[in-house]
Amino acid sequence: MRWLLVKDLQILRRSPLQLALLVIYPIAIALLVGFAMTRDQEQTTVALYNAMPAGESLGFGGEEVDGGEIRDQLCGRVECIDADGVEDAKRMVDSGEATAAVILPEDTGDRIRSLASLDPDPPVIQVVVNGSDTVENQVTDDRIDAMLSEANLLLAKRLSEAANQYLDLILEGGRFDLLGQDIEVLGLQKSERILNRLESKLPPGADRQELERAARFARLATENLDLAGPLLTAITQPIKADKVVVGDEAPSLDTFAIGVTTAFALMFVTVLLVAGSLALEKEENAFTRLSSGLVTRTQILVAKIGLGSVVGSGVALILLVGLGLFVGIEWGRAPYWLLGILFGAAAFSAAGSALGAAAREVRAATLAAVMICLPVALLSLVPDDAVGPAVETAIDVVSAVFPFRPALDAITAGLELSGSSTWLPLVHLAALVAVYGALARIALRRF
Amino acid sequence: MEPGSPLALAARGVTKSFGGRRALGGVDFEVGSGEVVALIGPNGAGKTTLLSILAGIAAPDEGSVDADGVAWVPQQAALYRRLSVRENLMLFARLQAAAGQTDERPESMVERMLELTGLRERAGDRVGTLSGGNQQRVNIAVGLMAGPSVLLLDEPSVGLDPAQRERLWRFILGLVGEGTAVAFSTHDIQEAERYAERIVVVAEGEGVFDGTADELRREVEARGESAGDLETSFLAFLRERGH
Repeated sequence: MRWLLVKDLQILRRSPLQLALLVIYPIAIALLVGFAMTRDQEQTTVALYNAMPAGESLGFGGEEVDGGEIRDQLCGRVECIDADGVEDAKRMVDSGEATAAVILPEDTGDRIRSLASLDPDPPVIQVVVNGSDTVENQVTDDRIDAMLSEANLLLAKRLSEAANQYLDLILEGGRFDLLGQDIEVLGLQKSERILNRLESKLPPGADRQELERAARFARLATENLDLAGPLLTAITQPIKADKVVVGDEAPSLDTFAIGVTTAFALMFVTVLLVAGSLALEKEENAFTRLSSGLVTRTQILVAKIGLGSVVGSGVALILLVGLGLFVGIEWGRAPYWLLGILFGAAAFSAAGSALGAAAREVRAATLAAVMICLPVALLSLVPDDAVGPAVETAIDVVSAVFPFRPALDAITAGLELSGSSTWLPLVHLAALVAVYGALARIALRRF
Repeated sequence: MEPGSPLALAARGVTKSFGGRRALGGVDFEVGSGEVVALIGPNGAGKTTLLSILAGIAAPDEGSVDADGVAWVPQQAALYRRLSVRENLMLFARLQAAAGQTDERPESMVERMLELTGLRERAGDRVGTLSGGNQQRVNIAVGLMAGPSVLLLDEPSVGLDPAQRERLWRFILGLVGEGTAVAFSTHDIQEAERYAERIVVVAEGEGVFDGTADELRREVEARGESAGDLETSFLAFLRERGH
């Protein structure tokens, strides 16, 4: 059996295109996915045109909001490039230089200041997007929403702080500037103390009762306004999320992306290689000669599964090493994810053997491999909540009988998770090796 | 077969059916040591089925096959075209050694076969780049590695030009000279007459004639038909029997 494996590796080595694909493919995928994963949203470029007068103060109620601070908030999650004007910003979006443009109108400062007045007029910023790409539109909308949320949160906090200062002034008294005039405010607490002092000096009667009512009001107002401060602070972010995870432990998004990339590469390389290699035995008439006393059909099958496991694991390893240059892969967990890759490669090899044995010719085997692998793998990635219960059950069944999903689970678990999450997919994959191996052996009877 | 010469292979009452279709219906067949026997008959007569049963690749439904050391060479070269001549020979030598079919070292078997086939100079060439005749020589060499006493060839010269066919038969007859029995199927009646000492005609799963080319002609003439060349006699023989 060892010589069959050596023979297959020799044949593989003799096909420069196939060999090049096996090396270049994982490297190219690693580079593409690695760049995509590290690019993240900072690389989303937004043209920013600020029409506000230079050096304009954005203070309100004693609180200063620096223009640069607003820009930092807006550009915290995207890369901003400055535009020279509205038309320049639109040109940048139209040419693709920027994904979107954000234009701060000239009256933005006035409108921000009005938020602390009795006649608030919220600022309106103009957003320009290129409408020709559906997916990009959605992504851009999300980015702009996130930008505005950041800026709104900053302004809300500053407004809350300004309102708190006014409340403190009303409560404790002090001085403040109104239209250039310095005004002293007595404050409720001092008013209450004065009223109480005067009340004790008055003889019982109607005047004293009126003064007592005024003092009681001042006390009640002081007590209740004490609550207003925390209330104002709370409404800047009224809802906070306290996330509690129930059910199975899920991998992080980065780990999931690495797992999907590795599982896809492993699936295509292994299934296509093994299905094609087994069908080639038939096309080159070698199968009958091999199986007429030299080796058993089971040995031929095991050699093919061995070939797929060795080559597939090698390709997946190259891919992971390549991805490791871009994203953090925990090399200390290598024994775990290597097991996932090895079991996955074996299961894909067994499935490829069954396909190759059933198809009996290379072209048919290759076509069948692509037509089955791709839709089943994509189906396995459909989230449960995205479909109805009946379809969800159907997808679960399809995902369970094809090695892609358990291979993905095994690799992601090996990269990050612990406990039963790591060994259950391995057991699942081992069962699939047995099932597909048995199917392939049955198909080889009439090979 | 010369009277008294030892039998290299003997099959008795071999039957084989595929589904409801009878491919062979009680065929007797034998080959003596150092003898060359041609198996001829119309398409679908059962020649390849008989050879595969004689080779042990397929099992007969009934009947028996008695042979020791049979090598089967399929019609199309059963070789890996991307591997070199040496690599192909080495693979099958190793597998035969691992299967216990020979005690000879694989390296030694390969050298012997390269010498026998006269392909030593092309040992490093990929099989896919060889001519059909040379591929067939390698194909036969693989069958000969374990030193079989009987060589079964399924249409060995199909697709070869006359010169290639000549070289191939020179090679096969060299093996015969060393005592190897050869049975081959063919549609080329001239080839059968030229190289075989005995001809077995199979039609519709039955062995309908077993003798020399001259005996076939005489049988046709004895029935009042003009024998002409062997092909004419063969066709007349089949026609007379309703095939």
